[in-house]
Formats: sequence, C-alpha cells, structure tokens
Amino acid sequence: MIAQATNFAQNVDNTFIIIVGICVFFLVLITTLLITFAIKYNKKRNPKAVNIHGNIKLEIIWTIIPTLIVLYIFWLGWSDYIELATPPKDAMVINATASMWQWKFTYSNGKQADTLYVPVNENIKIKLNSTDVSHSFYIPAFRIKRDAMPNTNNSTWFNAEKLGSYTLFCAEYCGLNHSKMYTEVKVVTKDKFNNWLNSE
Amino acid sequence: MADNSIAISSKGHESYIDHKGKHSGLLGWIFSTDHKRIAILYLVAISSWFLIAVLLGFLIRLELLTPGETIVGAQTYNAFFTLHGIIMVFLFVIPAIPAIFGNFFLPIMLGAKDVAFPRLNLFSWYLYIIGGIFVIIAIFLPGGAPDSGWTFYIPYSIRTSTNMIFTLSAAFILGFSSIVTGLNFIVTIHRMRAPGMSWFRMPLFPWALYATGWIQVLVTPIIGITLLLIIVERVFRVGLFDPSLGGDPVLYQHLFWIYSHPAVYIMAVPAMGVITEIITVYSHKTIFGYKAIAFSSLAIALFGSLVWGHHMFSAGMSDTANFIFSLLTFLVAIPSAIKVFNWTATLYKGSIDLEPPMLYGLAFIFLFTIGGLTGIMLGTLSLDIHLTDTTFVVGHFHYVIFGTTGFAFIGGLYHWFPKMFGRTYNKKLAKISFWILLVGFNILYFPMFVMGWLGMPRRSYDYLPEYQSYHVISTIGSWILILALIIIVYTFIKALRSGERTHEMNYCGGETLEWKVETPPTHENFDEIPVITGGPYDYKQNELESEVE
Ligand SMILES: [Cu+2]
Repeated sequence: MIAQATNFAQNVDNTFIIIVGICVFFLVLITTLLITFAIKYNKKRNPKAVNIHGNIKLEIIWTIIPTLIVLYIFWLGWSDYIELATPPKDAMVINATASMWQWKFTYSNGKQADTLYVPVNENIKIKLNSTDVSHSFYIPAFRIKRDAMPNTNNSTWFNAEKLGSYTLFCAEYCGLNHSKMYTEVKVVTKDKFNNWLNSE
Repeated sequence: MADNSIAISSKGHESYIDHKGKHSGLLGWIFSTDHKRIAILYLVAISSWFLIAVLLGFLIRLELLTPGETIVGAQTYNAFFTLHGIIMVFLFVIPAIPAIFGNFFLPIMLGAKDVAFPRLNLFSWYLYIIGGIFVIIAIFLPGGAPDSGWTFYIPYSIRTSTNMIFTLSAAFILGFSSIVTGLNFIVTIHRMRAPGMSWFRMPLFPWALYATGWIQVLVTPIIGITLLLIIVERVFRVGLFDPSLGGDPVLYQHLFWIYSHPAVYIMAVPAMGVITEIITVYSHKTIFGYKAIAFSSLAIALFGSLVWGHHMFSAGMSDTANFIFSLLTFLVAIPSAIKVFNWTATLYKGSIDLEPPMLYGLAFIFLFTIGGLTGIMLGTLSLDIHLTDTTFVVGHFHYVIFGTTGFAFIGGLYHWFPKMFGRTYNKKLAKISFWILLVGFNILYFPMFVMGWLGMPRRSYDYLPEYQSYHVISTIGSWILILALIIIVYTFIKALRSGERTHEMNYCGGETLEWKVETPPTHENFDEIPVITGGPYDYKQNELESEVE
C-alpha cells in the first residue's frame, strides 16, 4: 500500500474511496444488465424482438441522477483541492529547483541539498523553479504534484505528520533520464532538522 | 482481388471491386474517386500503421518487464513511446473509423452515389500518405527519431536535437487530411441525403460522423497553427512558448489541448456511431432513445471542446480556471452516461444474436464504462493532482481509446466485411480471438490503474522495484492481447484470400440502406436513388408478427 503521510492524503483517500464506491456500483449495474439481457433475450430463447422506441421518464431519470452524482463528486474534489491551493501564511519556505535530471533544494539560510529534509508537523511551502524544461514535483505519499517550469511561480505546500522517508518523483517527462529524476523526502523531528540545517 | 474471378454482386451486376474505370490495376485504385475504393485505400494504409504502432507498444511493454535496461536504452525507449503515441493518434485512431467506414458507408446510408467532393476525398488520402512518409523520414533521418512524447511539450520539444521538424510537419499535414474529410462529410450530410430522409430519419452512424465533422473542422486548425509556431520558434528562435526566449510554455499547453482534448471525441464519437448500428442490428429491434443518442453526440462535441484545461490541473492555472474546467469535465460525463444507458436499454426485449460484431459491441459498452468512470476520477481536482502524469492516466485513455475506437474498428470490420468484400470470414476464429483479446486487454491495462494510484510516473524508462509485479502482469497481458491481434489479422487475410463468396444483401437483418444495396455494392451504389418513407430502424417485422399472434 501507498503511505499516507499527510492529513491532505487522508482527505484525498476518503474522496477516492467514495468515488470508487460509486463507480463500482455503476460498473456492476451496467455489466449485470448487459449479461442478463444477452442471456435472457438471446435469439434462441427469444426469437421475436419487441420494438421499444424509448421512454421519456427513463431518459429524464438517467440524465438527472448522473448529473446530481457528478456535481457531488465535483464538489468533493474541489473542497479538497482548495485546501491544497491555499498555503498557510506561516509556512516555512523551501525553494526547489529542477533541472535535467536532478532536484536541488535551497533553505532560507542558504543551505542546499539534493534530498528534501523537512521537520514533522510543520507547514512547508515549496517554491518551484526549473532551469531548463518542464518538470513536475510529485510526492505520492503526500498526494501532491505541481509542475516546475522556468520563469513561472508555481508552488505547493504540505504538512507531513509521519516520520519517515518517502519518494519524490519528477512526474513530467523531461528527456533522456526522466525516470532517474527522483530523490527522497526525509521527514525528521524538529530537533534533528535544526541540527541538520545548521550543520556544515 | 486476390484471385481473378469476377466478384459479381447480388443481382449479377459488376461490383465496385471489378468496375473498370479510366485506369486499370493499381492505378484504378490510387486514382479512383469512388468513395468505396478510397475507403479500401485507407483501410490498407491505416491497418499497416496500426500494426507498426502495436509492435512499438509491444516493445515498450517488453522493456518495462524489468527495471533498468531490458532490451533497449533510455533514448530508444523514449523514441518508442513517442512514435507509438504519434502513430496511434494521428495515423490510426483519428482517421480509422471516419476514413474507412465513414467513407465506405456514409454515402450508402444516406442513399447517395458518392460523397459531396469525391476528388477532395482522394486528395485527403494523399495527404494522409504524405503525412505518413514524413513520419518515416523523421524516424530515419540522422538526428534521431523524435523523443518529445506525442504531446510535443515545450520547452523540451524546442530543445531536443531529434528530428522534430519532420514530426511536427507530419502532424500538421495529417491534420489537414482530417479537416478535409470532416468538411466533406458535413457537406455530404447536408446536401446528399436521399429524398424523404429528414434529419431524424438519418441513421445514427451518420449523426456521429456529423458531430465529429464539426469538431474536425473547428479545432484541427488550432493544432495546425500551433505546430507551425513551434517550427517557427525552433528555426527562427522567435520567443513564443519557450521561456528562455521570453515565451510562455503554459500557453503552448493550452493551444495543444484545445485541439487534443476534442481530438479524443474525434476518436470516440464515430466509434459510438458504429456501436449504435451494431447493437441495433444484432438485437433486431429499433434503437432505444434515437434522439437522445443523436443529441448526446452533439452535446459531447460541444462540451468536449470546452474541457481541455483538465489536462493542466497541476500546471499552474488559476484556481478559478481549475474550478471551471473540472466542472465542465463532469458535464461531459452526462451525455456519455446517456449513451451507455440507451445502448443497454436497446438490448431489453431484443432478439440478441451474439455474432462477433455484437461481442465487440457489448465489450465496448463494458470497457467504455470503465474508461468513463476512471475519467470521472481524473476530473476530480484533488484526485487528479495525485493521479495526473502517472500510469493511471495511461490506463484510463487506453480503456477509452482502444476500448472504444479499437473495439469499434475490429467489430465494425467484422460487421461490414462481407458487404465490403463479398467474402465471409471464419466466425469461430473471430469469437475465440475476441475472448483472448478481452482478457489480454484487461490484464494489460488494469494494473496501470493500481500502479498509478501507487505513484508510478508515466513515460518512465526505469522504475523502483516496488512497482515490478504490476509491470510484469501488464507485460504478460500485452502478449495475450497481441496473440489475439495475430489471430484477428489472420482471420481477415484468410477471408480476403479464400473466404467463401457471398452475395447475400442482408446477411445480418439490418434495416439501414447498406443492407438494401448489393453485396459488394456496385460502382454507383444504387440503380435508383431510394425514397425514404420511415425511420432508419423500424424493424416492422417485429410488429407484424406480434399482430398475427
Ligand atoms: Cu524532470
């Protein structure tokens, strides 16, 4: 299973489970009808078809019900998303620079690293930049992704709640070694982080 | 065709295959303006490209069997997936159904002798061939095969040293081929319907082609201009999209998807048209909700042109734009759902014949439902942030595109093959290969949903060992799928060469006009232009018989 290291990830997963539930229901419904009809109204069993030109009531029902369902799903996705889109003002800022084919992280005191060290339970805002082509900053365990492009001011944020180390991918195809362009996010305790930040 | 005996048609007339025009032999085909011959020209060219793209797909999956290098290096792999995408999208999926079945059957279903502009029709085939030649040049020229992905994202497509100019020109030319076909069909549908065929007496496959034609004509020029602009930027270093020259890469993404998202409907809507015909014919009854199906094609064409931004939720658009694009994306789901429900309802109280085309029809509904539902997940903003650019997307669009256009293409070919060639195929083989294909398809593409949810980025040559088991399953699926395709190709080639001849006009109990012309059709389709007095799917015998009892 995929790690669930932020509160946001938990929200996304809850939404996912609801939507998967709705989808499985409709898939099972349609598939059951297809198979049942194909057997029950098979030519051998039912040599004579009955013409049915349509049914206005049914058309209305199967227009309105899906409309309500998709509007509900839309709202679920939007309400999670808007949380991700508004980083808290007090967030600690880390600059992430993508280039073919590596990540570089720069902290407020000028310290640079190619592994992303972050303290646990703290709001972190990542400002994204690229020196060449489009890349994308992707941490599956946090369920966040944002493109890193030259001369654009993209950013994202997270608050990691679980200590550990997680994979950080480049998700936008960027040429020869795109698939090697991954590193790690290390979520450590506040003390450990401060020691690391102020060490040489 | 393969042997020299005359393929006389049902009434003993000379068929379009044996028709003697100005030229004979091969010239009689490549200079013919007969819509049916042009359809066959397309069939040969498009199927060849399809098989090449399948081979590339096979190699991609083989490479991904193990992490690191399995058969080729990263540069070759990147060229493989780029070419697989370009060939599948521009040379197979977009033209397949309109250019083959549309060309062959649209005039016949309307009661016409040809399309509105027969010469333009032949010209569009030549554009297609030239576009294909440009792709071949791009592969073999010294710079190396293109490696930008079929989306040509800037800045990468400006920076790469591979043969981008020929690749972009190919897409540009193929776009024009598509515009010409679309325009031709729109005019044909407006002007060439038989007397008495009002809009709502027109069969639903022409309706689908009509909706598609408008998308082709309205949005294809945008990609044409955009691709030209990249060429201008590459050659003259004018800053349009490349940030280092002062351009905006997000602008490029907008322009690209303004075309390429509706292009999905250029692929899917004609396929839905084919499936609508198949479902009706093999249920032997009138279609359920004729108008709902016709209008939902138009609704898909309209809404589908307004949702391109959902490819860019992580690219840095404003929250307002993300809100609107996500909402509109959900609205496209509604006409798609309406179609699925109407097809399913058509089966109710039918007299269902599980012939090979019908198996493809039913599988289409099943696969399209999975593709559509996973599309709903991707339209959901928060889920898309996690899932975009992972293999989840790859799984989704293969369900939607292969599951619809691919299945409608094969199913449609079984459906109309005897009509087109006056030969029958081996039904047993067709049914066996169908089941192998369906199983292989799901083993190949379903693991991509799981991997994608677990965070596996797409377009990745290498991957972390934790994803390997899913890759192995998927690759095994590709072998099963290809086995099925080999049997299918064998079935058709065998049928062409030595299939039993048939002149039966209506071998499947259809009601539309192609079942009232000879098998194979004559050069001019109709001795006399028919006069239409009723709907396209009346199936009057159902009512007659029930009155007798
Ligand atoms: Cu990258």
